[in-house]
Amino acid sequence: MSGKSFLIDTSACMACRSCQVACKAWNRNDGTVTRNRGSHQNPPDFDGNTFKLVRFREVRAGNKVSRYFFSDQCRHCIDAPCKDVIDSAVTGGAIQDKATGAIVYTEKSKGAPFKDVRSECPYDIPRQREDGTIVKCTMCIDRVSNGLQPACVKACPMGGLHFGDREEILARAEKRLATLKAKYPKAQLLNVETVRTIYLVVGDPKEYHKFAVASANPGVTRKVALRRMFGPAIDALRTVARG
Amino acid sequence: MTNHWIDLRNSDCILVMGSNAATNHPLSFRWVSKAMEKGATLIHVDPRFTRTSSLADIYAPLRSGTDIAFLGGMIKYIVDNQKYFHEYMVNYTNASYIVGSKFGFKDGMFSGFDSGKHAYDASAWDFEKDENGNVRKDPTLQHPRSVFQLMKKHYSRYTPDTVSSITGTPKEDLLRVYKAYSATGARDKAGTIMYAMGWTQHTVGVQNIRTMSIIQLLLGNMGVAGGGVNALRGESNVQGSTDHGLLFHILPGYLPVPSASIATLAEYNKKFTPSTKDPLSANWWQNRPKYITSFLKAVYGDNATPENDFGYGWLPKLQEGKTYSWLDIFDRMYDKQYTGFFAWGQNPACSGANSNKTRQAFSNLDWMVVVNLFDNETASFWNGPGVDPRQVKTEVFMLPCAAFMEKEGSLSNSGRWAQWRYKAQEPPGHAKPDGDIMVELFNEIRELYKKPDAKSAFPDPILNVKLDYTAQGKFDPHAVAKAINGYWTRDALVGGKMYKKGDQVPAFGLLQSDGSTASGNWLYCQSYNQDGNNMARRDNKDESGIGLTSKWAWAWPVNRRIIYNRASLDLTGKPWNPKKAVVEFVGDVKDGKYVSTKWKGDVPDGPWYPLKNPDGTDRPDGKKPFIMKVDGVGAFVGPGLKDGPFPEHYEPIESPVKKHPFSNQRNNPVAAVFRSERDVYSTPSDRFPIVGTTYRVAEHWQTGVLTRWLPWLLEAEPEVYVEMSEELAKAKGIRNGEKVVVESARGSIEAVALVTVRYKPFKILGKQVHQVGLPWHYGWVWPKNGGDSANLLTPAVGDPNTKIPETKAFMVNVRKKAEV
Repeated sequence: MSGKSFLIDTSACMACRSCQVACKAWNRNDGTVTRNRGSHQNPPDFDGNTFKLVRFREVRAGNKVSRYFFSDQCRHCIDAPCKDVIDSAVTGGAIQDKATGAIVYTEKSKGAPFKDVRSECPYDIPRQREDGTIVKCTMCIDRVSNGLQPACVKACPMGGLHFGDREEILARAEKRLATLKAKYPKAQLLNVETVRTIYLVVGDPKEYHKFAVASANPGVTRKVALRRMFGPAIDALRTVARG
Repeated sequence: MTNHWIDLRNSDCILVMGSNAATNHPLSFRWVSKAMEKGATLIHVDPRFTRTSSLADIYAPLRSGTDIAFLGGMIKYIVDNQKYFHEYMVNYTNASYIVGSKFGFKDGMFSGFDSGKHAYDASAWDFEKDENGNVRKDPTLQHPRSVFQLMKKHYSRYTPDTVSSITGTPKEDLLRVYKAYSATGARDKAGTIMYAMGWTQHTVGVQNIRTMSIIQLLLGNMGVAGGGVNALRGESNVQGSTDHGLLFHILPGYLPVPSASIATLAEYNKKFTPSTKDPLSANWWQNRPKYITSFLKAVYGDNATPENDFGYGWLPKLQEGKTYSWLDIFDRMYDKQYTGFFAWGQNPACSGANSNKTRQAFSNLDWMVVVNLFDNETASFWNGPGVDPRQVKTEVFMLPCAAFMEKEGSLSNSGRWAQWRYKAQEPPGHAKPDGDIMVELFNEIRELYKKPDAKSAFPDPILNVKLDYTAQGKFDPHAVAKAINGYWTRDALVGGKMYKKGDQVPAFGLLQSDGSTASGNWLYCQSYNQDGNNMARRDNKDESGIGLTSKWAWAWPVNRRIIYNRASLDLTGKPWNPKKAVVEFVGDVKDGKYVSTKWKGDVPDGPWYPLKNPDGTDRPDGKKPFIMKVDGVGAFVGPGLKDGPFPEHYEPIESPVKKHPFSNQRNNPVAAVFRSERDVYSTPSDRFPIVGTTYRVAEHWQTGVLTRWLPWLLEAEPEVYVEMSEELAKAKGIRNGEKVVVESARGSIEAVALVTVRYKPFKILGKQVHQVGLPWHYGWVWPKNGGDSANLLTPAVGDPNTKIPETKAFMVNVRKKAEV
């Protein structure tokens, strides 16, 4: 398996949010109207204009405070369940780029059942715009295919975000993990075999974010399973019906 | 910064105190993390557990305003445990100097205090001199009036228990910090300090920094790679604005602004040009006459002649004994002493302490000109909360200006690098670069002063100014930059080399006091010389191995990347730590003696020989490392400030403590205190029992006049909040995320309660004390529900030297919004 991958080293993150803002700038995503709800995490969650979000958590145990910063984004799964759901509803709603492995949604994703797409994602990534389009991180496919780094990677001042050929990123991840293990015995790479966005965490992943690791039971719902089996047929039937 | 950003990576121990660098100077942490990868220890000392703390090896909480107690305890630890770098201290500081017998210290006060004037007479601490006028010294450091012994005695009171009782720092945390940091006293170790407004914005601001300077000198951390005293500037060009004389008391290049009693240039030079009989002291300020004359030539051009004192008489003068700082200006505006005001690139309605006073002061003006990008709380003060526009007589003019990417010019960063920057796009609409606005304005004013009826108004200073910095009718930043560097005003033969009239002066060593050179700022002489615009250099190759990148942009002075770098060498000119050599003397040796001068590495602090030959004999032509000091050494005792000779703990003007354990002198006796009816200060009471502080977030810049209009930044930090501990929230019945009221003796604001485990109550003198903090980036103009400036709460009291207000430690109360 080749293609590209990200390494997101959370141990280097200080939550400056350069990645979050750079993502918005490159994708020309509007700012949303927010309030401070008693947290620095803002916008509160992914939305139609937010593909990259730094999540904040803080925990005190005795005199020790731990802060968990998680620069969340699409994992670009190697075998992406969201794509299956979209494909089963509309042709060309989601594309897996051959060269990079990026999963990219298109305008045709409007025709896909958003709730199913979102619930099938083990990381709770996809969101919907008002016009019905389903959106998320594009791996900056327009930049990458022109030889540039993704906007978030370029913006990170700490060198915590990396992007490159998958083998190279995997090697970097293993090397960094080995270094961090000395200081943080719990350090680990998350879902490294199945995703292209590889997170390196130094504590319990659940402390960072509920969906830091693939949710326990992403399992395929009955409805989706049916769609997967009969998807094209259903599309064909619809076409006939409309005809 | 005495050092520079990249140099942080060379440190073995990084103390961040008075700063939340990870949030507010994120790029600095690229270098901090590189140091940590190589095993450096990161320490963060702060009232609040911040993003910096989360990356630190050691976090130690302290109550705002108690830094001198904390650091005084470190001095005691270093001295008691002999962690100091003895050879460095004896040779490169005034530790061995004998202080005169008039020196005294009693109950928080030093000798020489005039209680009528509220000022010290520093001559009370003069050094003892021998019959030849040289300072008496005791290199054994045993004399009871040696600086070292006086310092040891002074800080003997700063025991861990006493310090802990007033700072609220747990004793074990104190000792962990002291132990880790003082380990950098080893000759091959370097410790550095990163500080920012958390140290400067106090009535003891300068003394906070001086206390750390003492520690750095004790440990031999000045002049070395990975060391230094490093101020993280709060704006991209604050360093540049200070270098170029933005402040009221200095002209460009740190030349003092004359006061009215200094009538002639000769008197000025006499007063401000120090002299020494010590042949081993470079005493660099002996060159002052060259710099002031070159400056006058740059300002007045051909109109400045030896006959008219180079136009010295036209320079504005300070009224004797008067200061003209920010706090002074708004105090006088409040007192109706001004009729007009330019708010240029700033938003005083939100940025200054005690903003209610500032906002009211605006209404005493006849006119105000606001030069800014967007409407803001200053420009619209007449329409602000609680203001009836019909009652305001002030006429406000708004001039739109170009943003930083819409004009060309230089920026000087914290590490003293002047970096040239290009224009990315044209400014929109009628907006113009500041330079164009200034040129137009000046030309109009000059025309007015040319009129016959202006004769009585002393037009000479205006009419004689040389202002020809335009090209094709537009302001030309290159013309200004060239004038700042300096040029020959006539053909001159210097050191056997002929320089032509109009040629750029290569470097400040060639500036003259006879009028043959003009230089707008001697410190920047070399920035734009015969080699072209050195600030625009973009070669980031590093030949030094320690990240000097000497061909990237240009650093003052003379491209020196680490200042006082002669202190990184032993007496024979060899690096204390050869693995991270900044400079090295590599002159030829014959029979154990140096016979030629040759250096490698960074630009050394002067070309002279080291103090000793390789065979250990003294050199009469060597020079001591601290070349800007008259005696060439670092100062533990240092007259020259308004405060006493050793930093001493005093409480902030507003504090929860009636009496502190060090003395009966509660506050800094020389603090700048103002007395208008708006300047009210609370005493320790139940009404305002909580320590308040202000700070910034990464997403907003200053009062947010630019960043509040950028949706991507605003959505991330949309409104003013007040961070508080879970304990305080529980005691007040406050839920996370609800609106609360924060009030001080001067004002109140509404803010969102951000209840966090990152604040913990302090135990101060046995009692629980809470602290809260707010960002000051917001204002009522935009966004509509973003809240107002935290400076409505802060006091307009200042450090006696800088007059920077004490906005980092004051007293407040917090209550639920519904309560009345």
